[in-house]
Amino acid sequence: MAYKIEKAEEIAENIFELWIKAPHVARNAKAGQFLVIRINDKGERIPLTVSGVDGDLVRIVFMKVGKTTMFLSTLGVGDFIEDVAGPLGHPSEIKKWGRCVVIGGGVGIACLPILAKALRDSGNEVTGIIGARNESLILLKDELSSFCDEFVVCTDDGSCGYHGFPVDILKKKLEEGSVDCVWIIGPAIMMKITSLATIPYNVKTFVSLNPIMVDGTGMCGSCRVTIDGETKFACVDGPEFEASLVDWDELMTRQKVYTEEELKSRELFEDHTCECGGH
Amino acid sequence: MGKRKPEERIEDFKEVDTGFSAQDAVLESLRCMDCVKPQCIKGCPVNIDIPGFIMAISKEDFRKAADIIKADNMLPAICGRVCPQEDQCEGTCVLGIKGKPVRIGALERFVADWERENGLLRPEVKDKTGKRVAVVGSGPAGITAAAELAKEGHSVTIFESLHKAGGVLTYGIPSFRLPKDIVKTEIDQVLKLGAELKLNHIVGRSVPVEELLSYNAVFLGTGAGLPSFMGIEGENLNGVYSANEFLTRVNLMHADSFPEYDTPVLKKGRVVVVGGGNVAMDSARVAKRMGSEVTLIYRRRKEDLPAREAEIENAIEEGIEFICCANPVRILGEGSVIGVECVRMEMCEADADGRPCPVPMKGEDALFTIDADVVIEAIGQSPNPLLISLIENLERGKRGNVITDDETGLTSIENVYAAGDVATGAATVIEAMGAAKRTARAINEKFKD
Ligand SMILES: Cc1cc2nc3c(=O)[nH]c(=O)nc-3n(C[C@H](O)[C@H](O)[C@H](O)COP(=O)(O)OP(=O)(O)OC[C@H]3O[C@@H](n4cnc5c(N)ncnc54)[C@H](O)[C@@H]3O)c2cc1C
Ligand SMILES: Cc1cc2nc3c(=O)[nH]c(=O)nc-3n(C[C@H](O)[C@H](O)[C@H](O)COP(=O)(O)OP(=O)(O)OC[C@H]3O[C@@H](n4cnc5c(N)ncnc54)[C@H](O)[C@@H]3O)c2cc1C
Ligand code: SF4
Ligand code: SF4
Ligand code: FES
Repeated sequence: MAYKIEKAEEIAENIFELWIKAPHVARNAKAGQFLVIRINDKGERIPLTVSGVDGDLVRIVFMKVGKTTMFLSTLGVGDFIEDVAGPLGHPSEIKKWGRCVVIGGGVGIACLPILAKALRDSGNEVTGIIGARNESLILLKDELSSFCDEFVVCTDDGSCGYHGFPVDILKKKLEEGSVDCVWIIGPAIMMKITSLATIPYNVKTFVSLNPIMVDGTGMCGSCRVTIDGETKFACVDGPEFEASLVDWDELMTRQKVYTEEELKSRELFEDHTCECGGH
Repeated sequence: MGKRKPEERIEDFKEVDTGFSAQDAVLESLRCMDCVKPQCIKGCPVNIDIPGFIMAISKEDFRKAADIIKADNMLPAICGRVCPQEDQCEGTCVLGIKGKPVRIGALERFVADWERENGLLRPEVKDKTGKRVAVVGSGPAGITAAAELAKEGHSVTIFESLHKAGGVLTYGIPSFRLPKDIVKTEIDQVLKLGAELKLNHIVGRSVPVEELLSYNAVFLGTGAGLPSFMGIEGENLNGVYSANEFLTRVNLMHADSFPEYDTPVLKKGRVVVVGGGNVAMDSARVAKRMGSEVTLIYRRRKEDLPAREAEIENAIEEGIEFICCANPVRILGEGSVIGVECVRMEMCEADADGRPCPVPMKGEDALFTIDADVVIEAIGQSPNPLLISLIENLERGKRGNVITDDETGLTSIENVYAAGDVATGAATVIEAMGAAKRTARAINEKFKD
């Protein structure tokens, strides 16, 4: 059984969205959960956040970083993905927190609309802050802002919105004392640095960890992370954890286990696509 | 039954044992004395009519032999290969008292392979009963239960969270012991009985618990897939794997053929495997086949190794180094593994199970270090809590296993049954199948009321 791509679009530079028909995932997915795809028989299983749901369709948004995401970006409407499993992981802790800030960095922004909507639907006031290197990397701006009471775009080079990092805006809001709960989703280094800001204020801060996964069901331990000194499996115990308890350096080291292999895979794929146009 | 030469077989993942020819099988069958009170049957967890099928082999009626085996065991090509026969059927065969037992496992394998090559017959399926049964997990337990239930005419849906069926048979046991086309053929046979297989469905997530409990009966065959870690320093360094991860990357994802297949696995020089069971032997032998130098560390004595005898012998022949009576205390390295610090163990008085207890020796001399680029921990698995912890009021034992009635497999919840590793903790293929079969019969009986 393969899963059909119903919509496909490049929504920012090197960032793509696909809507895939996968009723078993769509029917049950909640904010904070992810799915695992395997494109074809030779493919790797990779985890991607469920970034939206529409009837039987689920949306994934991904950045081209290596072989699998490059291959995925060549697929279009009517193509099939061999395997889509999910939803996986615990949903975000959605309840009435009060005033929530959701922060997205890079492709992590993709996780926010479904989260902001769920928080809003539970009676929270939501501030959305998104950050990217420059304007061409900003995604889902209109969609996300429609679920936020307050919305700020930041770019590192000032090409759009605030010139600077989301953490600057977060600090201001924390100083004002108007934050009850924070979500930060993005590259590990961005989550680490941004979350440092909330520690002095003792504000509940969630981050979504992205270690290397295989099954996503708790069967292999590839995704282990250290939380408050204890080993956890991010796929089943997370992927969201409290920021101040995360061993960030370990996570970032473990993400690099296969750097050599990833490079080789990517080069082979690029050579191959040059020669025959992707087929 | 022949075996390929070690230096040849460590170059690939093809099967090590070459099996009986028809002539060898008939000759071996003639050794069986067709005992009046066959002890072998008692040793087989599913009580196959062993002398019955062996007599059929001796008359060269292989079809009949297959039918006799199939009456009790749906997956003979698998069991003939992976059963710990020395502890089961062959362990109780009377010829084993003075000499060599009849090679029942090899004969079973021969018959199953013969049948596969000469056309499988589909068993009869009764008319549809309208009862719906959900089978969770497609390992040996789930597959066996599904077959028994489908034959009775119930509508069976098998849910499997991975992208391939078979459980440990697919992702755990390597193809040089159990070729994957054999697993596939045996599973396809069960599907031909009309059971529906839904891959990529994680019950508890893709199928909510309420939906699961809406079936007329539920069979939990989710196995014992949760890997244990030792809990020592350095365990999260790059290069430390659970056996499950290492084996899954290779057996399920074909990382041995990277970059033709996309999934990577570290194939570095020195591999240390921790443990002494089948899982440890498989990990060591897989690493060997990817070109590593492999050392296995086991905390008890060599004679205590719990793995199948034949597999220990194979591992030794293939050049795996064994260090017994030793246990890792620390994994060394910064970022990535560079070595393992171990302590020598001595054996003390027997524990409650009658096995001598290993305890670490004291003093500086007791510690030693070995170089390693990869460490694979094969120290045990327990039931994966993902689904079973979501089912309210499902009673579980200390080790996380689902508590069931021995006879019927019934859990603490009405219409919810469980069998296999999820109920017993990590055990064997044939035990999982035997329990699944009894449980399926209990479900069939229940539906008759
Ligand atoms: C829970 C979770 C949710 C995620 N959600 C998204 C998302 O919504 N959008 C998105 O663009 N990315 C997401 N990622 C990251 C995404 O899985 C990786 O970008 C992807 O696996 C890269 O594969 P590749 O072959 O293209 O690149 P590779 O060249 O193989 O790897 C590039 C980098 O991606 C990471 N990576 C590689 N393989 C895996 C793997 N099997 N599992 C996890 N990380 C891996 C590594 O850190 C690696 O250095 C998520 C990761 C996790 C764990
Ligand atoms: C490496 C290794 C080597 C072994 N060697 C031998 C041997 O030589 N001889 C022998 O007799 N035994 C051996 N065993 C043990 C034997 O494989 C197991 O006892 C047997 O597979 C148990 O069968 P099972 O059906 O209970 O579980 P499993 O085979 O573990 O199957 C469980 C299945 O359920 C699926 N699942 C789990 N949770 C869910 C969920 N929530 N939703 C959907 N699906 C789910 C899993 O993905 C899996 O496919 C070995 C085990 C391992 C790991
Ligand atoms: S199923 Fe296993 S124990 Fe039973 S006869 Fe066959 S090999 Fe022996
Ligand atoms: S115990 Fe041994 S000799 Fe006797 S019937 Fe069984 S296999 Fe044959
Ligand atoms: S990805 Fe295998 S246990 Fe988390």
